[in-house]
Amino acid sequence: MPFGLLKYGLSSNYPAKHHFTPSKDLKRHYDVVIIGGGGHGAAIAYNLAKYHGITNVAILEKAYLGGGNTARNTAVIRSNYLTESGVKFYSESVKLYNNLSNEFNYNVMMENRGQLTLAHSDAAIRSFRWRAEVNQHMGVRSELIDRQTISELVPNLNMSEDSRFPILAGLWHADGATARHDAVAWGYAKGACDRGVELHQLTEVEDIEITSGRVTAVKTNRGRVECGCVVQAVAGASSIVAKKAGIPLPIHCYPLQAMVTQPYKPILTPHVSSPQVHVYVHQTSRGEFVIGGGSDPYPLYNTRATLDQRESLSAAAMELFPFLSQARLLRQWAGTTDMTPDYSPIMGLSPVENYYLDAGWGTWGFKATPICGVTMAELVATKKVPEIIKPFELERFYRFEQINEAGATAASH
Amino acid sequence: MKLLTCPLNGSRNIAEFTYGGEYHTTPDYNSISARDWAEHVFFHDNAAGVVTEWWCHTASSFWFLAERNTITDEVIRTFKADEIYTERIDFSVVKPENRS
Repeated sequence: MPFGLLKYGLSSNYPAKHHFTPSKDLKRHYDVVIIGGGGHGAAIAYNLAKYHGITNVAILEKAYLGGGNTARNTAVIRSNYLTESGVKFYSESVKLYNNLSNEFNYNVMMENRGQLTLAHSDAAIRSFRWRAEVNQHMGVRSELIDRQTISELVPNLNMSEDSRFPILAGLWHADGATARHDAVAWGYAKGACDRGVELHQLTEVEDIEITSGRVTAVKTNRGRVECGCVVQAVAGASSIVAKKAGIPLPIHCYPLQAMVTQPYKPILTPHVSSPQVHVYVHQTSRGEFVIGGGSDPYPLYNTRATLDQRESLSAAAMELFPFLSQARLLRQWAGTTDMTPDYSPIMGLSPVENYYLDAGWGTWGFKATPICGVTMAELVATKKVPEIIKPFELERFYRFEQINEAGATAASH
Repeated sequence: MKLLTCPLNGSRNIAEFTYGGEYHTTPDYNSISARDWAEHVFFHDNAAGVVTEWWCHTASSFWFLAERNTITDEVIRTFKADEIYTERIDFSVVKPENRS
């Protein structure tokens, strides 16, 4: 109805409501201060407010909501990892993702399109068989498939036996999916703010006050805030923020670059990844091809794009999908991956009693967002480390109990 | 093409080099606790700013040090390791009780 629409457009009730709390002064005290307003920080706040009744919470974000790695990742959701701890953790996250739009009453555009990882060598087939067995044992849909099945799933894929690395087999992960990354952060932040959580953007934590092993306050560019406890969820800035609390971390930050082509009609359903040629490709619901790869070869705190990476990503993507040689690139960008030595996150307690860590998210942060919110909120509310994140505690490095997550993207380093 | 100056081979494409980690001093492995050793091995400064780090010119296997700004990606200077290591380190001197 055009008149109805016009009336709605001109009405003073439109737009109906802000998603997030308008900016206001910081309070003197919060029960929980969350440093970092990305998907993880917002998810922790949401779970604290909705399921634990803790609403005197501030999210302090130095830039704007979901503007860091939440905006820069390539929105892949999967759980076909290799370690028992990893598969259990990420598969729980995938389950939560599947219900996220209902949970929020807000569309996160979850699309269960499946994920295909390609094997170009006998060694890769062996490791995929191992991964499929581990995955199936843990209830994750994951199987080794042959060339015939691959060409049925992805008819445009270059299956030529004359290519540099011919495709021999694939690891098919039917649970693989994608979602709109911005919407995930917005959904969590909206739900948190509706329940009384304060989101403070352009608020940078400059110092952390610690008295006899406990954090008592954080100093920001907008004033000092006393707090009952602090959760750090800052991904690429993990080492910098943790250093302010005197906590050393086993992290190195590398840029990870990705790029996107002009839109095409829908021709590629699953997400296709090749560890051999260091590239992964999927088509967004807008039609663009998203092309990503491994992290840069050396550490850097900069999200610049390089010609080297554009060349190698393009070459690899064209090897898989030759028609992409005609594509125009619209954008190339980078995020900062906070890589741990064992490709697993660092979650839970820290040497400072009431300071909780949610760090080391490397290339696996977006897919873990919902489970991270649930478990970190439970930790803050109950002071007990949930069973599912116990293996990821910082202490594992001191006990030589690393979790070698060879199923992680960029784990080829 | 980004260039890096190798103290032995001169200015070369950075693709010819391998990053070798942060420069830090090796603790006394005869007296260090397992905990401190773990921290030495796995933990990093990961600083944002000017850092000193190891690089290797892969083609010639030549290891050297670089001062690089990890925010701007500017290499301030590269230099040979003998600027820091003036005498040979003997790694064979591990006391028998520390052998496992």
